[in-house]
Amino acid sequence: MLKVEDTQVPVDFSPELISKFDDVVSRYPQGKQKSGLLPILHLVQAEFGWVSVPAMDKVAAYLNILPIEVYEVASFYTMYFLRPQGKYVLEVCRTSGCCLVGAEKIMDHIEQKLGVKEGEVTADGLFSWRGVECLAACGFGPVLQIGPEYTFYENLTNESVDKLIGDLTAKAKN
Amino acid sequence: MGRKLLLEHINVPGINTFDVYRSKGGYASVEKAIKTMSPDAIVEEVKKSGLRGRGGAGFPTGMKWSFLAKPEGVARYLVCNADESEPGTFKDRYLMTYIPHLLIEGMIVSSFALGANTSFIYVRGEMMPQIRILEKAIAEAKAKGFLGKNILGSGYDLELYVQPGGGAYICGEETALLESLEGKRGNPRIKPPFPAIAGLYGCPTVVNNVESIAAVVPIINEGGDEYAKLGIGRSTGTKLISAGGNLKKPGVYEIDLGLPVEEFIYSDEYCGGIANGKRLKAVVAGGSSVPILPANLILKTVNNEPRLMSYESLSDGGFVSGTMLGSGGFIAYDEDACIVRNTWNFARFYHHESCGQCSPCREGTGWMEKVLHRLEYGHGKQSDMDLLVDISKKIEGNTICPLGDAAAWPVASAIRHFRDEFEWHVTNASEATTRNYGLAHYADPLPTPEPVAG
Repeated sequence: MLKVEDTQVPVDFSPELISKFDDVVSRYPQGKQKSGLLPILHLVQAEFGWVSVPAMDKVAAYLNILPIEVYEVASFYTMYFLRPQGKYVLEVCRTSGCCLVGAEKIMDHIEQKLGVKEGEVTADGLFSWRGVECLAACGFGPVLQIGPEYTFYENLTNESVDKLIGDLTAKAKN
Repeated sequence: MGRKLLLEHINVPGINTFDVYRSKGGYASVEKAIKTMSPDAIVEEVKKSGLRGRGGAGFPTGMKWSFLAKPEGVARYLVCNADESEPGTFKDRYLMTYIPHLLIEGMIVSSFALGANTSFIYVRGEMMPQIRILEKAIAEAKAKGFLGKNILGSGYDLELYVQPGGGAYICGEETALLESLEGKRGNPRIKPPFPAIAGLYGCPTVVNNVESIAAVVPIINEGGDEYAKLGIGRSTGTKLISAGGNLKKPGVYEIDLGLPVEEFIYSDEYCGGIANGKRLKAVVAGGSSVPILPANLILKTVNNEPRLMSYESLSDGGFVSGTMLGSGGFIAYDEDACIVRNTWNFARFYHHESCGQCSPCREGTGWMEKVLHRLEYGHGKQSDMDLLVDISKKIEGNTICPLGDAAAWPVASAIRHFRDEFEWHVTNASEATTRNYGLAHYADPLPTPEPVAG
């Protein structure tokens, strides 16, 4: 369970990250830098694995907008994690087309394999999983994606999921 | 076999690179448009083509363009809607993945026609791989002088940017998309003013779907009249259909509008029939928002005419016996599919994706989800079906954006056409949790209409 103090750990944005922010903001007209909010939150999440309150406050300061303008956006869009996740978050499509070809069974299998419920993190901190709405790959279901690259895995079977989890575990330990 | 205008070269190795794409005639429409045509002439060609918005609404693209306000000294924007999130639809992902330069080429021609010097492609955030593909394609096109300052020496400047979304279906609605692009929550705006008058940053803006923009390329290359020769009636040209569900060969197909639905499902050239030798039970023809139809009504209209893949034929019979082409998200359900469970799945989706701005949608989608959940899990009542229809009617037409309608239609249509399956879930509650209703009478031939006297 996430404690309040965990959400208050200060974060530092590296000069490399800030230069990526600068690149994003340069796309918009003068004074419209707020347009960079969604892309910048993606960059923050890719760096830290989730979006904490101190990180959002720093984003607000960078964009010269109010913190609430960042919170309301980060909490509206489903891709932003407002609490820590596993290193790999398996996001399985759970909408109609994928369910017709076995998405629900794949989610059951992942839950059993990882031994954690939807939204929880495994003890080694490597994995969490959740069902997400249509990922626009209905012809290749069941599908799942893993951020921050959002690599896509199609036509899932229990075996391919086992292999994927095995490969990621091995990769993390190297 | 129909002509392919968009996917003709999709299987050419390396077609995702500028050089190979160019060697197959790519970017010819940019040269033709910028060097030989006026912006108004391009709009005229698109009007002549009869192209209708491929994102789902089917509004004529040329007409939408002609509404764009052009006040002196005010920037104009073109924004491509690549927020493809409608369940059943995956054509735009396919197009951007395999032939990204087609979209870039269409964006350049369309931006020139509209007088936009900065354009955006708003891609749903989950499609990060496609965002990287598009950014690479843009860099290539820019290096070759097709983007940036003074394109092909014409004096026309265009910067093209890719903007990621954050994972919200509602941002496929054009004013929600613009809000999101401005860095806000995706709450749809009250219209009017329409984006053509006050869109991005309050400036005149056109928002078009990926496939609509891509279709501008063949329209300019071959002329609007040539494009309009393809298709049927007011459904001109070709359409990308995303075929999924229980089909033998799911995937993205480019069809001539007017292809019989039966041929699309069963011919080996397209979906090759139903997977695992099963029988067809139902079809959602145009993405989850459109009414679901049982097998007999999707193959034939009530007048026993073959149903065609076109805007008009699919909507023949209105919502009583017809549906809509929508975005072309074609989901086929075999005899083992449970319509109640599927309807609950859709209702959960719309509840999850409602932005919460309008009470009828925010509350109503949640109520529908709960009622459908209890029906599916054996706790339903016979009065639930009327209750669901009642809720759906109170959502429909009472919201700022069409998400409310989109949430209401699949529920109302499932009860309209599959009411006995819902009733069976109540009368045989425990049995319904262990087995499905099956095909029942949903594929039976339609009764021949009585001849009308006189």
